[in-house]
Amino acid sequence: MSNQVETDAIIIGAGPIGLFAVFELGLLDLEAHLVDILDRPGGQCTELYPEKPIYDIPGLPFVTGQGLTDRLTEQIKPFKPTFHFNQMASGLQRQPDGRWRLSTDAGTEIIAHVVVIAAGGGSFVPKRPPVQGIEAFESRSVHYAVRRMEDFRGKNIVIAGGGDSALDWTLNLAPIANSLTLVHHRDGFRAAQHSVNQMRELAAAGRITFHVGGVKALHGLDGVLERVTLAGGDRKEWTIVADAFLPFFGLTMKLGPIADFGLNLHENLIPVDTARFETQTPGIFAIGDINTYPGKLKLMLSGFHEAALMAQAAFRVARPDEPLRFLYTTSSPSLQKKLGVA
Amino acid sequence: MKIIAIDREGAEHSLEGRDGWTVMEILRNAGLPIEAECGGACACATCHVYVDEAWFDRLPPRSEFETEMLDMATAYEPNSRLSCQITCAAGLDGLRVTIAPE
Ligand SMILES: Cc1cc2nc3c(=O)[nH]c(=O)nc-3n(C[C@H](O)[C@H](O)[C@H](O)COP(=O)(O)OP(=O)(O)OC[C@H]3O[C@@H](n4cnc5c(N)ncnc54)[C@H](O)[C@@H]3O)c2cc1C
Ligand code: FES
Repeated sequence: MSNQVETDAIIIGAGPIGLFAVFELGLLDLEAHLVDILDRPGGQCTELYPEKPIYDIPGLPFVTGQGLTDRLTEQIKPFKPTFHFNQMASGLQRQPDGRWRLSTDAGTEIIAHVVVIAAGGGSFVPKRPPVQGIEAFESRSVHYAVRRMEDFRGKNIVIAGGGDSALDWTLNLAPIANSLTLVHHRDGFRAAQHSVNQMRELAAAGRITFHVGGVKALHGLDGVLERVTLAGGDRKEWTIVADAFLPFFGLTMKLGPIADFGLNLHENLIPVDTARFETQTPGIFAIGDINTYPGKLKLMLSGFHEAALMAQAAFRVARPDEPLRFLYTTSSPSLQKKLGVA
Repeated sequence: MKIIAIDREGAEHSLEGRDGWTVMEILRNAGLPIEAECGGACACATCHVYVDEAWFDRLPPRSEFETEMLDMATAYEPNSRLSCQITCAAGLDGLRVTIAPE
């Protein structure tokens, strides 16, 4: 096994609730590893509304999605959580010794006493344009991210979208592509102005082509793309040579592999009890947007509370023989030591 | 007021609109497959619909926010709207919308 680690708690999802769970577990001396398919913490806060204001976090009259994430990250630093980013939590199995083994699609294996599912609305995955037969091209010619730029050298590339990713990759790949065509449904972009200006300069110089329109069809054999049909704003269609299609329409949330963990699900949510926030499988907890119980509110406020109660119950599972003391951070020297302030 | 919604299989649903509610909320409450991931905050573009041509110009125009968010819709058409940004009102009785492909 290449990459196996042992810890106290595995947290699936590094959204705001997964992050705060590190804090609550940490106060009880439980160490945590977090797994997230994204490349940074914050979940919906950083992915959907980094710049938008949040007004209902107790004690913080105003904070942005990114700001809250930064503060949570700061707050949990003393507990030295380990982050496994860019990885999908894909399999969960009980070990003979009663602990859990979580595997990710990147080959990481984490063994722990408890699993905390803080998966929110599910894992963020790229939006797939509804172009017929696109799935067949996904492993070879259609890419939702650029892992290795070299793979695109000398290619005829079509990029779709009007956000920062579409513009950034247009600028980055233009110098190495044989040809590059950017298509977007309007002559306006939701991207940094300097990127838009640079793109327009490249287009004016004939180094790339920009079309107002969309991608209508993909043509090729055995998953290898050969041509792409585009449609202009006037619905006129034409076909160009292409070996790679990169659609950048942002991310959407899909429950993903958690659906196959053998947990009881209710409309893609995980039912829990409200004393322990444990699922019907002992040792597996669910907190934040992913769980459901009578009166559930999808608010971070509620998720933070759930994290605190979950940690108490998780301690009982992970340290059955140790006493569980209730302490305040204000007055407990031992908690302050853990927080690195005493 | 009535809203006529056409689902992804082409079936027509006649829904009761409620003043002050958004079209997204009416679609979702009727159990139609509209994801509306962000809950109506104009932050996800997963409540994308096509508005019947006859109705398109009768709606209050898109805000700049909505126009920008529509950049994240995968199957844009000139009559695309985000249904969380259309509020039911008496003048919209009979509004026809088609749920965009996923
Ligand atoms: C526009 C908008 C405005 C909002 N405003 C407020 C507000 O003002 N106040 C408020 O309290 N709430 C607000 N919310 C809701 C709040 O953002 C959510 O309640 C909160 O993000 C839930 O946190 P979470 O940690 O449970 O899940 P999420 O933030 O959804 O994070 C879950 C994480 O888990 C990851 N994940 C899931 N499955 C897997 C897997 N199998 N493998 C790897 N990673 C996985 C995902 O990639 C994601 O990063 C708002 C939401 C939106 C969209
Ligand atoms: S519900 Fe998210 S944009 Fe309308």
